[in-house]
This record gives sequence, structure tokens and C-alpha cells, in this order.
Amino acid sequence: MKFLVCISNVPDTTTKITFTPDNKEFNKAGVQFVINPWDEYALTRAIELKEAQGSGTVTVLNVGEADTEPNIRKALAIGADDAIRVNAAPKDAYFVAQQIAHYAKEGGYDVILMGKESIDYNGFQVHGMVGELLGIPTVAPAMKLDMNGNTATLEREIEGGKEIVEVNAPFVASCQQPMCEPRIPNMRGIMTARTKPLKVVDAVGEGAATEVAEYQLPPKKQGVKLIPAEQAGELIKLLRNEAKVI
Amino acid sequence: MSVLVVVECDKGEVKKSSLEVASYGAQVAQMLGTTATAVAVGEASEANLATLGEQGITKVLFDAEPRLKDFVNGAYTKLIAAATEQEQAKVIVLANSNIGAAVGSRLAIRLKASLATNVVELPKANGSSFTVKRGAFSGKAFADVVLSGERKIIAVKKNSIEALHNAGQTAQVQAFSASLSDADFADAPKQVVMQDQAGGILLPEADKVVSGGRGMKGPENWHLIEDLAKALGAATACSKPVSDVDWRPHHEHVGQTGITVSPNLYIACGISGAIQHLAGVNSSKVIVVINKDPEAPFFKAADYGIVGDVFDVLPKLTQAVKELG
Ligand SMILES: Cc1cc2nc3c(=O)[nH]c(=O)nc-3n(C[C@H](O)[C@H](O)[C@H](O)COP(=O)(O)OP(=O)(O)OC[C@H]3O[C@@H](n4cnc5c(N)ncnc54)[C@H](O)[C@@H]3O)c2cc1C
Ligand SMILES: Nc1ncnc2c1ncn2[C@@H]1O[C@H](COP(=O)(O)O)[C@@H](O)[C@H]1O
Repeated sequence: MKFLVCISNVPDTTTKITFTPDNKEFNKAGVQFVINPWDEYALTRAIELKEAQGSGTVTVLNVGEADTEPNIRKALAIGADDAIRVNAAPKDAYFVAQQIAHYAKEGGYDVILMGKESIDYNGFQVHGMVGELLGIPTVAPAMKLDMNGNTATLEREIEGGKEIVEVNAPFVASCQQPMCEPRIPNMRGIMTARTKPLKVVDAVGEGAATEVAEYQLPPKKQGVKLIPAEQAGELIKLLRNEAKVI
Repeated sequence: MSVLVVVECDKGEVKKSSLEVASYGAQVAQMLGTTATAVAVGEASEANLATLGEQGITKVLFDAEPRLKDFVNGAYTKLIAAATEQEQAKVIVLANSNIGAAVGSRLAIRLKASLATNVVELPKANGSSFTVKRGAFSGKAFADVVLSGERKIIAVKKNSIEALHNAGQTAQVQAFSASLSDADFADAPKQVVMQDQAGGILLPEADKVVSGGRGMKGPENWHLIEDLAKALGAATACSKPVSDVDWRPHHEHVGQTGITVSPNLYIACGISGAIQHLAGVNSSKVIVVINKDPEAPFFKAADYGIVGDVFDVLPKLTQAVKELG
């Protein structure tokens, strides 16, 4: 089977968020970028399924500029076979989805795996859009994915529970824990990743459907009001009379 | 032209988050000088749908097809697209839930609409420009996003909009059929498994949450969390390491890689306040932190705090809540 895993390049989870002076863009200066944590579930599960089937390929795809290549190489080191980078800044979910749909169709992939959401944009959008553009089902967010021939059994998380869903390839799934234990690169992986093919292609399709006018940081908290442990009950009175939340 | 609101129902009742969505849609309709129509998905009852008048909804479309009781992305998308065409809707509002957001992204393509998820405020409409505020960077920032498409889809984050309650108003419930075929049910679930929620309160919908971390020492101590939650009518949650070692189930884990919650009250017990944990809770209205370490980073994000031992403090809090009556 041919697996396509879409990875986005995001600021490390501990990054202090700041913006450019016009507040229109995230300030990348000095920031460490990582593979979106959710996408690591997609990548590892694709590799596991390929190994279980004993044949097939795992291709990673990223829509991004040249600075994302270290993380694409990392995905190759973890075990993907080859990579595609669509050479463009990811303008919005619609723009990214068009690229993925186009190259997924061109490559004839059977299973397209993504993360639940990108931790920078928090869109939860690209997987649904790609499914719709290709006219195939999207199962999002999936906590479990097993394949039997052409048929996949997935657990889809819904508020308060889960649905067991069966779909036939081709399909899109967006992955989250506890699907698998994400792998980290080993020495051999890092060595072989250098020579694995990484194809750079041009963006296609229309522009974006949305535009960020301005980013803002949340208002600063007033500071914590401490209540002595011996008078813990006082807290409950404050929550009722002052904060008015109980 | 109208505003179309998608309401999710469960066991014959509109979910709380969908009451917020309906109120959001009604206010957008008012801004645009039109009315708000709802389309119901899930296990709905006509009598309950009529009460959406209290949230400002004029009319509710209801397809009684029994297979719509469970979430099916294909069928829900087709149903809502058909309702959009019938109502000539320009703005579609849904919940930023696993259901609403999943359907929203398919609809955005099908209806050639601009989509914003995770929206936290009413839009600013000014002439032809239409801007919404949405959460980004896992709660660490907000973005004002311009929706330039002729049609706009907005997925509203839970607990960010106050639900309206205009007592006595009723909505008119109309039968609606999207002529769904078997092909639309390709992703229909074979089985639906609902978890037992502590005290019957769904964590993503809860307006109060009591949460425990590694400082609770072990699963045998969780009755302290549960007792306080029960007294408050709150849901229970935990930090990632707690669910990683199976002290608590995975679906209770909040944070960057877990559930994001935005309740009115979040009480963190024995949780250090790592940035990945804060990412899932920092949009809570009031945060209370109980930790024996005065240097715990969580205190910086808290509104109220007690420096103390959870085993001593929690029973006192539960007692105090009971005494409130
Ligand atoms: C990529 C990534 C994603 C992550 N995602 C998440 C996530 O989604 N959610 C999440 O929670 N974490 C996440 N983490 C883990 C996170 O970094 C922290 O390790 C975790 O939140 C710590 O959990 P904790 O506060 O329960 O435990 P600890 O950090 O061990 O803190 C325990 C706290 O309890 C206090 N304490 C101990 N005993 C008592 C007592 N008797 N009374 C009162 N206080 C006491 C201590 O002072 C301490 O502050 C992630 C990490 C990474 C790298
Ligand atoms: N620039 C990108 N390149 C490749 N895949 C992406 C990109 N952005 C998002 N994705 C994929 O889409 C998923 C959902 O992203 P989002 O809709 O932005 O939350 C991510 O987890 C990735 O798998």
C-alpha cells in the first residue's frame, strides 16, 4: 500500500509566542521548529502498517519553504521512504489542502494520514478539506487505525465516547493518541535519511480563502490571590461571592 | 438570505454547546438584518427543538432519518449543504466540536466558503469585510481572521459565548429531507461506545472541572478529586502523565496533546503547570491552583491559589462547598 503522511512544521511546544511588529506574522526568530506532535502519530502508524504488510511505501509531504527540510529529513530518519516538499509558505488550510489533494491524486496514494490538528494554527481543517477535494471519506480524529487488506477499522473520537468506523481505501484519517508510540530516529535512520529522495515541487491551485489581519496575545492575568491552607474554606466563599463561578 | 445554525442533539436534547452556537447565530443574524434557521443533527426531539426559540432561532429544519442519530460525516455534510441552499444561507455557524469542525471543513470545500474554527467572539462585520477572532497557538494567542468568501463558516469554541434565554419564545420545527442515499453513509459507525462520565458530566461540555496531577500520588486517592467534583457539579480531568500510567482514562487528559477545555472554573490539584498542560486549560475563566510548592509555575497562570497539601486541602474544600448549600 502507498501511504502519504502530511507533516506540518511547528514551533516547539515550549515556545514563547511573539509576533512581528505589525502583528501579522508569527516571529520565527530564535524559535526551534519540530514536526507537529500529532503528525508523529500519523507517521509512526503508517510505518508500522507498512511493516506489518511487508510491502508498500511511506511518503511524507510538507507544504513549506526550504527551512522545513530538517524536519522532513527527521521524518525520513524515523522511517519514511521518500518525501515531497511543496515549495510555498502555507497560507491557510484551504491553500494547504489543495496542494495535498493535488499531489496525493498524482501519486495515487491509498491512505492519507495527518495529525489531528497543527498546534500552531489549531485548525482541525486540512484533513476534512482534503477528503472533500478528493471525494473520499475523512475519519477525524482517529484514536486507532488497523488495516485488513483494503479495509480500515478506525476509532473516531466524539465528545464523550468513540465510534468504530470501517472504510475502504482510499481515505484520509487524522491521528491522535493513543494510536501508537511515536518513534524517534535512530543512528542508522539518520544516516540513511540523507540519501532518501526529497522532491521539491511547485504550488498549484487557487490562493487562500482566509487571511490573518492581526495576531494578539491574551490579556495578562491579574496575578494570583493566595489563600492560606488553614483557611481553605475561604476559597469557596470567594469563588461564589467574588468570582461568581459557583 | 439567512444564517444557518447547526445544532447537535443527544438523547433528545440540544447539547449545551449548541445552545451557545444557536445564540451566536441569532446574534449574527440580527447584525445582518436577517433571521436564524437551525438544522438539527443527532438524536433530536421535535418538542425540544422548538425551545430553540429561546436562543433566538426562528425555524428549525429536522430530518427524521434514523441513521442521522449517530455522527456520519458524509451524510451530515450533505444534509447541511442542502439546508444551506434551501435557506440561501451566507453564514453557517456550528460547534467547534469533533463533529462540527469535521463537517465544517468538508462544507467549506463543497460550498466554496471561508472557514474559521475555534472562534471565540461574535464577528465584526463592516461593510463587506467580515472578521472573526479565533484561538491559535494552543491558547497562547488569538488571531483576527478575515473571511473573504461570499459564504462564511464559523465553528464556535465551547464556553466562549453566553447562551441566550428568552423564556417563552418558540421556534417553528419543519420537516426537511436531504434525500440521503446509502452512499452518504459510507463512514457510518459500526458501533458507538460512550464512556461513563464521572457524575454524568461530559468533560468537553463541563462548565466546572476538577483536575488532578502526579501530586495526587496514585489512583487510590482520586476519591478526593471526585468528592469535590461531585459537590460542585464538576467534571474530572487529569494531566498527561496521570493518564499515561493509567491512573485515569485517556479521555480525561487535558492539554496540548489531550482535550482542550475552557470551563468557567478549573481547579488544578497537584499539577505543576507545564506549558503543554496550560495549553489545554488556559482559556478557562477562573483558574484555581492547589500545590504544595509555592514555586510551581501554575501559580503564574492562576486567579486563586492555595499553597498546601492536596490531601489536607481537598477535603476542606469539599466540606466548604457542602456547607454553602
Ligand atoms: C510534546 C509534549 C506534549 C505534552 N502534552 C501534555 C498534555 O497535553 N497535558 C499534560 O498535562 N502534559 C503534557 N505534557 C507533559 C508536561 O510537560 C508535564 O510533564 C506534565 O504536565 C506534568 O504533569 P503533572 O503536573 O501532573 O506532574 P509533575 O510535573 O510531576 O507535577 C506534580 C506537582 O504536584 C505537586 N505536588 C506533589 N505532591 C503534592 C501534594 N501532596 N500536595 C500538593 N501538591 C503536590 C508538585 O509540587 C508538582 O508541582 C507534554 C509534554 C510534551 C513534551
Ligand atoms: N503545511 C502543511 N504541510 C503538510 N501538512 C500539513 C500542513 N499544515 C497542516 N498539515 C496537516 O494537516 C493536519 C491538520 O492541520 P490543521 O488543519 O492546520 O490543524 C496537520 O496535523 C498535518 O498533518
